[in-house]
Amino acid sequence: MRETNMKKILISLLFLLFGTSVYADCNIKSGSINILANDFPALRTFVETAKGCKGSADFKVTHSSEHNKIAVPALTANPSEFSARIAANSSIVPLMNQDLIRPLDDLVKKYGKGIQDSQLITIDGKIMAVAFMANTQHLYYREDVLKELGIAIPKTYEEVVAASEKIRASGKMQYPYAAAYKAGWNLAEEFVNMYIGHGGEFFKAGTAQPSINNAKGVATLNMLKKLAGLSNPDYLTHDSEAIKVEWESGNVALMTLWASRSGTLLDDDGDAKITAATKLTGPATVAGGNIPAATLWWDGFTLAKNRSDADAEATFRALAHAAANKKMVADAADQAVWLIEGFKPGPKSIGVIEAVKMKAKPYPMLPQMGLMHGALGSEIVEFLQGKESAEQALKDVEAAYMSKAKEQGFL
Amino acid sequence: MPNKTFFWFFLPTGLAMILFIGLPIISTGIQSFYAQHDQVVKEVKKCDPFGCTVSIVVDQEKTSKIREEKPLGKFNGFGTYVDRNHLAIEEIGKFWNETNSFGEFVDQVTNLPFYKALIFTLTYCLFVTPNVLLLGFIIALSLNAVTRRIRGPLIFGTILPMIVTPLVGSLVLFWMIDAEGIIGASLQMLMDDPYLSLKSSKTLTWITIIIYGIWHHSPFAFVVFYAALQTVPQEPVEAAIIDGASRWQRVRHIVLPHIYPVVTFVALISLMDNFRVFEPIIGFSAEGSAQSLSWLIYDNLVNEEVILFGSAAATSMMTIVGIAILLAPVLIRTWKEFRTAR
Repeated sequence: MRETNMKKILISLLFLLFGTSVYADCNIKSGSINILANDFPALRTFVETAKGCKGSADFKVTHSSEHNKIAVPALTANPSEFSARIAANSSIVPLMNQDLIRPLDDLVKKYGKGIQDSQLITIDGKIMAVAFMANTQHLYYREDVLKELGIAIPKTYEEVVAASEKIRASGKMQYPYAAAYKAGWNLAEEFVNMYIGHGGEFFKAGTAQPSINNAKGVATLNMLKKLAGLSNPDYLTHDSEAIKVEWESGNVALMTLWASRSGTLLDDDGDAKITAATKLTGPATVAGGNIPAATLWWDGFTLAKNRSDADAEATFRALAHAAANKKMVADAADQAVWLIEGFKPGPKSIGVIEAVKMKAKPYPMLPQMGLMHGALGSEIVEFLQGKESAEQALKDVEAAYMSKAKEQGFL
Repeated sequence: MPNKTFFWFFLPTGLAMILFIGLPIISTGIQSFYAQHDQVVKEVKKCDPFGCTVSIVVDQEKTSKIREEKPLGKFNGFGTYVDRNHLAIEEIGKFWNETNSFGEFVDQVTNLPFYKALIFTLTYCLFVTPNVLLLGFIIALSLNAVTRRIRGPLIFGTILPMIVTPLVGSLVLFWMIDAEGIIGASLQMLMDDPYLSLKSSKTLTWITIIIYGIWHHSPFAFVVFYAALQTVPQEPVEAAIIDGASRWQRVRHIVLPHIYPVVTFVALISLMDNFRVFEPIIGFSAEGSAQSLSWLIYDNLVNEEVILFGSAAATSMMTIVGIAILLAPVLIRTWKEFRTAR
């Protein structure tokens, strides 16, 4: 016991020494850094790496799964509470709408050595964010169950339905399918994925007028309902964490879940048999379409506008150090699909790699998309509960969206 | 207490109330009359790791100028109040003309978010409040009759639901009624229906939340009633016993009239609390089946990536009006009694 403790102390000491010697080259002399980020392992690794090069700058970080609720108010203040915000496709939009983040062109030119061009998020020719990892939702399957029943790995949602029905008929599992259908953001995200898989467009081209009440919308809802019927009856209360637990208890054989969660599914915790049989594959397509019924997401950093240039510079240098860090990418290769040079995809990245290969679309980065997402999350519930028709549900979504969009000045 | 003394006694509280309750309500009221400025958007090229697309963004140069001129936004009058997500006046008129039967009309109206939430909120109030009063009173009476030695621990056990944080209390119940939780699984066994789920059925979810509400609020009624019972004079009770009055008659004719003002007080507080029902919806993840007015406000403020201040403010104001309407009968009655008493 004591020996292992000694070992731990030695290792951490070595790590500290090693760490400082490696990161000494960052040489930030002043400024204060304060980062707001979501809370999952890859982001913690990223921010820790940035911290390694903080030099003599003041360094603070807030990891919170409630980051979306904090971001806009905190960055609206002048000076802003945070100097940087780790955002994604969807969460950068409210920051852009309110003009809360600054262009990074000069900083990238000066300190962006090692950041690849493909990592830069440019809007209207200006660099607004630097991405460092990618994410998507894709299929997970239980190899042992599928093999035993002679089911091929599903490539389409129609095959997912057929496979789930077969598993249920075999009596092995009562609710063989799972996805995060919790009413609200999660459910809306599933609709967005499935609707894009059907080739649908959310708005009339070039306007903020909704256009989801059509045949593709109805087909999307019907597919969601079929899948819901194969899920645990409590599906409307299940978020990503809940279905992860279902999976680890061995109740589920097919699942649509975020790629960023694969790490926790494949770690050493839980039933070794289930972990060994857990396999990843790309996202499924639907209704004979070519593009997957999934959206691609990036996570990247943005800098607050309402903060001094000195702080922005210090923050950028620290974060850029992490966003071009080959060592971090090599050490944490199984935590995320890094967009950083030197990343060698491992077995946990199959989902995202496949999605990119299949030309999955990124989540729509439109100023009014958040309102549509919100309307979807609450208005399609009654259809899934069998209380109203698909057409009525879609009509409700459009009406709810229109009122909100009018209030926000989009219509 | 002379009025002057009362005035000085109340002044600090009054000032604090104006500062922390009155002013925020006024500010919310003002906010509810404003909407965001028309968004000026422009087409731009957007590039990310997955490729480039032509898309739209908010034109900051033009928008910021409008915003600086009128930081509150665009005056909207009662526009937000009557839109589809609130009172939906226009939609209701349309439904009235288009639907063939009254049932169909009601269906359409209750499908609107505000009315959906209002119906749940009222149902919750109407079921929880009387039951809380009744249960609280029964527990207070029973505990009052128990021998003094074990009364302490019993009282502690009874007020436990109130001590437990609402969110934690609802979460505990939430896990118990899960399809694999102890109550959920037992119900499935009892009913012999493996697809039975308390969380997926709207009716069952409502019942669960209402039962939770009664469980959570009864201790409050109990504590107040129990305190009031201690003040019931013993002489009339003893006289009644000698006259051969039954236990029920004693409660009905002596105890209840004596603690009547307290009952009014508890009813008022319960109604106000219940009209603002919120935590159990979050705790039970019941957003899909049950929405309350408070939940609508929360939804407008946090569930959207764009915060809908106008919507949230309008719903807040209507909640205040709703509570005032609900309390009006009780308040009027108390006022009348106060006048006659003088």
